[in-house]
This record gives sequence, structure tokens and C-alpha cells, in this order.
Amino acid sequence: MAKPPLASPDERLALFQKLFSDAIPHNKALGIKVVAVAKGLASMQLDWREELVGNPETGVLAGGPITAMLDGCCGMAVATMLTKPEPFATLDLRIDYAKPAEPGKPVIAEAECYRMTRSVAFTRAFAHQGDPKNPIAAAAGTFMLGTKGKVTRPVMAKEFLK
Amino acid sequence: MSKLIQRLAEARKQGNVGLLAEAIPYARWMQIAPENGTGELLTRMRYHEELIGNTFLPAIHGGTLGAMLEMTAIFHLLWETDTPTVPKIVNITVDYLRSARPRDVIAAAKVTKQGRRMVNVFAEAWQDDRSRPVASASAHFLVQSEDEPSAL
Repeated sequence: MAKPPLASPDERLALFQKLFSDAIPHNKALGIKVVAVAKGLASMQLDWREELVGNPETGVLAGGPITAMLDGCCGMAVATMLTKPEPFATLDLRIDYAKPAEPGKPVIAEAECYRMTRSVAFTRAFAHQGDPKNPIAAAAGTFMLGTKGKVTRPVMAKEFLK
Repeated sequence: MSKLIQRLAEARKQGNVGLLAEAIPYARWMQIAPENGTGELLTRMRYHEELIGNTFLPAIHGGTLGAMLEMTAIFHLLWETDTPTVPKIVNITVDYLRSARPRDVIAAAKVTKQGRRMVNVFAEAWQDDRSRPVASASAHFLVQSEDEPSAL
């Protein structure tokens, strides 16, 4: 018989919230919420706030907070795929700004890690405001695995064992 | 005319490019501002704890480096070129070259290609040693467009 998952979905979400928002000062400062997680998939939410605005006349968010969330969300998707404890770092990140974010509404990021090799993880992500088919931004990020530094997180893939 | 373009005229009159950042809430919050004290236009992101992305190394969050390179490119286009409108970012690709330590980050930009509607800008960020950049980026901006307004 298959073993039960190590944690319930709520406990798992709480764990990822702790590791990928609360424990990362910049994500915490942005007020990023982890809203979904599965093996290879990650979703985060950023609420609109006056301080994050790029254009005070329109109230449209600056690109920066969306870039930071997409980077973090792609990184979390990579973490869900790790089968051994190893640190990793963003190698490059491309963002296409499809259209300005509507003021006052939260932005949701959805990232997927679609390929892992021994050295590199490949991800893509979209940011939208409720309709995933109507994105405000698209991202492609690659990550270098096994970079130097301490392993600061447990092996995330274990969270998704069936 | 956008407030930022008005602010640009004021900044030119006073010879103080730093005024540009004051018009942008996100730049104030991030403590990102342009400076031209050395004769070259540079953009500085002042270190503060909320920039940290990795508390163990410790290192500055990659997303903040992308954000400050984007602002560097925008300040460069506003100050160094005759743009009648606020440049609208189309896309940006950031290369992460080294981990950034908990110190100020400085960046400079240059225009790689100036077209009538589209501009390609390259920007590079470093900390203590300019020959050891922590990140670089290339970005496209629309400088003349009837589309939706810029995020800035």
C-alpha cells in the first residue's frame, strides 16, 4: 500500500509559506503569500500597496515587485523538485511585461519547473490578476543547482511523496 | 504630461537627477535613486535589511537586482536621451553573475540600439569592484507608443 503524504495540504502550504516568504526578508517585506504548491508547481500572491506603485498618477504597480515575486515563485518550483539537499541560485530570468497590472488588485504568480538536469533547473511562470489566460507578465528562469552555500531547507520533494 | 516628465524638467533645471526617484513610490521604498556626482549617471540601491533574499550567505534577493537594473535603464533613458514620454518596458533579461553581499549596489546603463519606437538598453550592477559585476540586464523599452500607459 502507498505511504500517506508526509503532510496535509494545509500543513504543506504553511511550511512553504514559512520557508519561502517569512524566512526571506525581501519576500516578507513585499508581503508575498504562498497560495499553492505541488511537485514542480508553485503559486504566490502579491497584494497591491501604495509603496509598490511605479506611477503615482495611475496607481499601477512598478515592474520590480512583480520581477521579485516571479523570481521567488520560480525558485520555489525548483525547490519542490529537489530529491537531495542542495543549494541553488538564479542563473538568469527573463520577464515579458504583457500589460500593466490593474491598480488595487492582487497579482498572482504561477510557476512550473519543467526540467531538472544535474546542474540546471528550467522554469517558466506567468503573473495574472485572476484570469490565467490573460497574463500581465510571463517569465522564464533558469537556476544553477549545487551552488556553494549552506543547505537551509529540508528536501522538499519528500513533501510530495505518495 | 506625466508628473515624472515635469519632475525631469525640474531635475534638469537644478542639475539634480536624484529628484526623479522622489516621484516614484517604489523607488523611494526600495531606496533606489540615480546620482550624477561623478559626471557619470549611476543608480544606487542603498542597502537595508529588507533587500535580503538569503539570510545564511547572506545575499541580496535576485529580484531586487532585476528591479534596480530596470530602474537604472529607465533613469538613463530619461536623463541621457531626449525621450518625450516615460519609457515603457517591454521585457528584460537579467543575468545573475555573483551573489550580492549586504552592501549598496551601484549600476550604470547604456543604450545599445536606439530606434524610433524601440530602444535596447544594457545595464550592469556591481558593489565594491566595477570589474566584478553582480548582475547585468538587457531590456527593451517602447519610447513612443499609443498603447496603454507606462507602469511609471
